[in-house]
Order: sequence, then C-alpha cells, then structure tokens
Amino acid sequence: MTAGVSIELKGIAKTYAGGVQALKPTDLAVARGETLVFLGPSGCGKTTCLRLIAGLEMPDPNGSLSFDGEDVTRTEIEDRNVGMVFQSYALFPNMSVAENIGYGLKVRKIAPAERDRRVREMLALCGIEALSERAIDQLSGGQRQRVALARAVAIRPRVLLLDEPLTALDAALRERLRGELDQLLRSLGITSIYVTHDQAEAMALGDRIVVMRQGAIAQIGAPRDIYFRPASRFVAEFVGAANVLSGEVRDGSLHLEGGKLALAGTGVGHDRSLMVMLRPESIRLIAPDQAVWRGRISAVSFLGDRQRVTVTGAAAQPVTVEPGNDLELAIGDLVGLDPAPGSLVVIPKETDSA
Amino acid sequence: MRRRLPFMLALSLTLLTAMFLVVPALMSMLAGVTSVYARGISSGLTTEWIIEVWRLYADTIWRSILIALLTLLATLLIGVPVAYAFVVNPSRFTRILDEIMTLPLAVPGLAVALAMLQLYGGFTDFRRSSLFIVAGHVVFTLPFMVRAVAATLSAVDIRTLEEGAASLGARPLRRFLDIVVPAAMPGILAGSLMVVTLSIGEFNLTWMLHTPLTKTLPVGLADSYASMRLEIASAYTLVFFIMIMPLLIAMQIAARANAGKEALP
Ligand SMILES: Nc1ncnc2c1ncn2[C@@H]1O[C@H](COP(=O)(O)OP(=O)(O)O)[C@@H](O)[C@H]1O
Ligand SMILES: [Mg+2]
Repeated sequence: MTAGVSIELKGIAKTYAGGVQALKPTDLAVARGETLVFLGPSGCGKTTCLRLIAGLEMPDPNGSLSFDGEDVTRTEIEDRNVGMVFQSYALFPNMSVAENIGYGLKVRKIAPAERDRRVREMLALCGIEALSERAIDQLSGGQRQRVALARAVAIRPRVLLLDEPLTALDAALRERLRGELDQLLRSLGITSIYVTHDQAEAMALGDRIVVMRQGAIAQIGAPRDIYFRPASRFVAEFVGAANVLSGEVRDGSLHLEGGKLALAGTGVGHDRSLMVMLRPESIRLIAPDQAVWRGRISAVSFLGDRQRVTVTGAAAQPVTVEPGNDLELAIGDLVGLDPAPGSLVVIPKETDSA
Repeated sequence: MRRRLPFMLALSLTLLTAMFLVVPALMSMLAGVTSVYARGISSGLTTEWIIEVWRLYADTIWRSILIALLTLLATLLIGVPVAYAFVVNPSRFTRILDEIMTLPLAVPGLAVALAMLQLYGGFTDFRRSSLFIVAGHVVFTLPFMVRAVAATLSAVDIRTLEEGAASLGARPLRRFLDIVVPAAMPGILAGSLMVVTLSIGEFNLTWMLHTPLTKTLPVGLADSYASMRLEIASAYTLVFFIMIMPLLIAMQIAARANAGKEALP
C-alpha cells in the first residue's frame, strides 16, 4: 500500500503553559517506511513529541517539522493526514465499528460504495470482519485496539502515530497483538512512530529506537545497537538488565574486587578509572580455578527457561548472571565469571548524574 | 421481622404524605368535571367546563407551548456550546461565568423580572411580545440546560474523542455535530425536558412580564382562580395537569436511563 513520507524535526521543542519544558530542542529524521519507536520512562516527553508530529500541540517558535521536505510546522492536524492511535483508543461511542473505520473517509467525501469497499478491506486486514456492526461498548480491549488501528490506517495516512497502543491490555494479549502489529506495520510499509515505555515492545517493533530521557534524546539506534552498545549508563539500564562496574585500569585490564577483566579490543585510551557494562546473559559461570574473576553465589532463582544468579564479591555491587537452566548451583558456591568475547561495553563518563 | 417494622413505618408515612397532596389535587380535578360542585358528584359528570376553559383560555395554552418551545430552542443553541466550552476549557473565567449564570436561580423571580422591565421596558415592541417572556424564561432555565449537558460531557473524555476526529480530518464544526452533540445527547434530552417543564409551569417571572395580550397558562390559571367560578378554575387545573404530567414522567424516565448508563463501565 502506501509507503508514507520521511519526517524531519529541526530544533522542535515544547514548553507547556506553566513553564514545563517537556521536550528540549530536538533534531530527528525518520526515513520513509521506517518504524521508529520512542522509548523512555513515564514523563520523559514521548507523548509530547508524538503529539507535536501529529499537530495536536504547537511547538515552541523556531522549530520546524517537515513531511517529505514539505514544511508542515503550521499545518493544522486536520490537514496533516496522519493516522493516530490513542492509548485510550478514542473510538466514537455513537458509531458502530464500521462507521468508526469509515469516518475519516466520510469526512473526505469519498463515495459510499468506495468507502464501503475500503472499510471492508480494513476489517479484513485487522481480522475483525465479524465485528463490523458491533457497538463500541460491546468490544473487548484487544478488539478496540484493532478497530482503532483500522480507523487510523483507513485514511491512508502519510504517517501512522501510535501512543502506547498495547499498554491498556493484559500481558498475554499484549504479546500476541505485538506480533500482529509488527506484521501489519511491515506489510503496510508505512512510516510509523510508536511510543512505549516497554523495552521488549520497542525491541520487537522498532527498526530504530529513540531512547528518551527528561525531554531529550539519550540515544538513537537499531535495537541491537541500543542493547549491546548503549551510549550511557541510563540507556544501558533502561533497555535491559545490566551490570555496571567501575574499577581501576592497570596493564590493559580493569581491576575489580574479585579479579580483573581484559580490556583488549574495547579501544580504551589511557583512562585511569573506567565504567563498563556487562549483560547478565553474556557472563558464563565456570570453575573458579580456571577464572581470573571470581565471586560467591548469594542468591539463585530458577525462572524455568533460565536462572538468575546473584554473585557477590566479584565487584563493588552484586553481579547478576543468567546462566542456562541445566546448571546445578547452590548459595555459597565459589564461581568463576567469564564474560563472552566482545560483550564488555565501555560506558562513557556522563556529565549529568545517572 | 425486625427489618419489616421500619419499612412499614416508612411506607405509611409516605402514603400519608402522598394523600395529603394527592387527595386535594384529585378533588380539584374531579370538581372540573362535576356539573355543580356545590351539589357534589351526584349532580352528574360533564365535559362542559373543559369546553368552556378551551373557549376562554385556548390562547394561553398555545402561547405557553410556543414559549416553551422557543425557550427550548434558545437554551439548546446557547446552552450546549456553553456547556461544551465549560467542560473543554475549565478556567477561572468559565467558573465565574457559571456563577453568574446560576445567579438568577438564587434571586427571586420577581427581582429578575423587575430588572428586565427596567432594562428593556423602553423597547415597546419587544416588551409587548411573547418574546419578552421567552427571554425571561431563558434566563431562568439556561443553567438547568448547561448543568445537564456539562454533567454528561464531563463523564466522557470528549477532548480525546475530538482529537481522534481531528486526526481523521474533521474540522471543529463537523466534530461538534458528529462527536460532541451525540456524546451530550442524554444530557441534552434531560435538560430539554427540564426546560420545557419549567417554562410551562413558570409563574413568578411570567406574571411580572406578561401583558393582557401575552398571558400564559399559569398566569391564566391565577386569573381564573380569582375571577371565574370554581368549576372552570378546576377544569383549567385539570388541563394543566394533563399537559405537565407526561413531561414529568418523561423526565423521570430520562433521568433513570441516564443513571443506568453511567453505572456501566
Ligand atoms: N498538557 C500539558 N500541560 C502541562 N504539562 C504537560 C502537559 N502534557 C504533558 N506535560 C508534562 O510534560 C512532561 C512530559 O509528558 P509526556 O510527553 O506525556 O511524557 P510521556 O508520554 O513520556 O510519559 C511531563 O512532565 C508532563 O507532566
Ligand atoms: Mg505518554
């Protein structure tokens, strides 16, 4: 279908009445057909940024927003041709499912026959043909989500904007719909911006992820970049479980309480002290006599598909390790820790506090 | 058993109170269809008095209906947008406006009427027409319409619904008609019944504002009590009851339907 447009934000900022600067001046480019995810904790400005792109909020002066090079900064939302899926879905209670989906087409004065055809196409695409005549208050949460999506896509928008569309649903349904949504976005190939505070959702859906913090972009990158090469301690800890370790550098190794970590290949300069990050699943547990880095197990929880093990004495803070479920471990065991090659990530020193 | 006693007490008290109000009303209505009231029912039942009322007062009945409908139209045209503005933009300004609008309810109708006469008495044509009474009724009934509609709109997230419609291309007027009005409909219905009922029954203000040529039903009623024989006054009362009862019942039904809707998730 439609491929949508590329989007460019230049110096877009938002200060609300009352003086809260919810979004600091931001530059961002979204490629045509890309699915971009805004990820960050509650209150970091994700919704604000989405609403600015939609045209539901006016940016502070001096910023500019363009769709495919066309300046839309002052264009009203009615004329932006954006599809919007709200967290609360905002379905019209006085209209049936089919009428909701057809509303944007009716507003565009598309002839009834063509409108009908496109509504049916949308119903089929979202797998809700059977619900077409239902009233909104007779739908479950998952069904509402699909209707909201169908309604937004029906107008063939230039960009699809989704604000935490799965947050209101329970966990199992959320996972299933996430898969469906991913397939749908890919088959439509439409430029989409998706807001969430759930890192698993962001990883699963995003071509690229924009991690946000306190009204500013903390890092932009593909899910793997963000996960394996976080640019800051905040990003490292927000997108997954992380062991952040600080120590002294001597003879090409990082010296910690329970031993040392080889720094070869991390491109570290001549810093005397260093902060690094290791993901729990990238640390292997080995026999202590074969290891250069050791600690003692202080907690083990069996999670079924894996185990979560806390090791103390290895570093200033306890280190979390997630080995496979076949290893027999007991509290008090002395273990060796062996990071997988290339898994050690140096975290740049931050100017602001983490 | 222990729970039955308070119930029986409450029931008897309610019945007693009802009797206190209902019996005189029934007596009065009965008088309207009795040939000669002084001789009681035994003198025979008749529609003669009702026909006489119609001959004498049909114009007041039609005028009351017309005034009620015009008042309704005005309160709808003013009240629905005002209620919408109150809900979407709650600010100190709208709160003050709300207070000002509600003021005429606290001030006696006579004082409001006096103020209107002082202000508009000079506009002779306006002052002599039924529209002058309509204006008074609008002042008096507008807060009821605004309150009813605002209450309904506050219960839905109207702002987000409108944002949804805007994202689909609908401009403000279109959104108002397609989204806001349907969402407000239960409140509009309840408010309308309230306005019509209040307008048809209004006496205080109307009595001050009317001219001999713009008498309404309640004003005519007072007139007949003072100057007509009892049977005619009673028949007139009967006509008034017949007009106002369906409205009161409809108001109850609408209120119940509303309450039922709000109880749902
Ligand atoms: N309409 C508003 N008026 C004033 N402040 C707002 C408004 N909307 C959001 N904010 C503030 O802006 C900040 C960012 O909000 P938001 O964009 O909703 O964050 P997120 O979607 O990431 O949770 C928050 O501090 C929030 O309180
Ligand atoms: Mg949000």
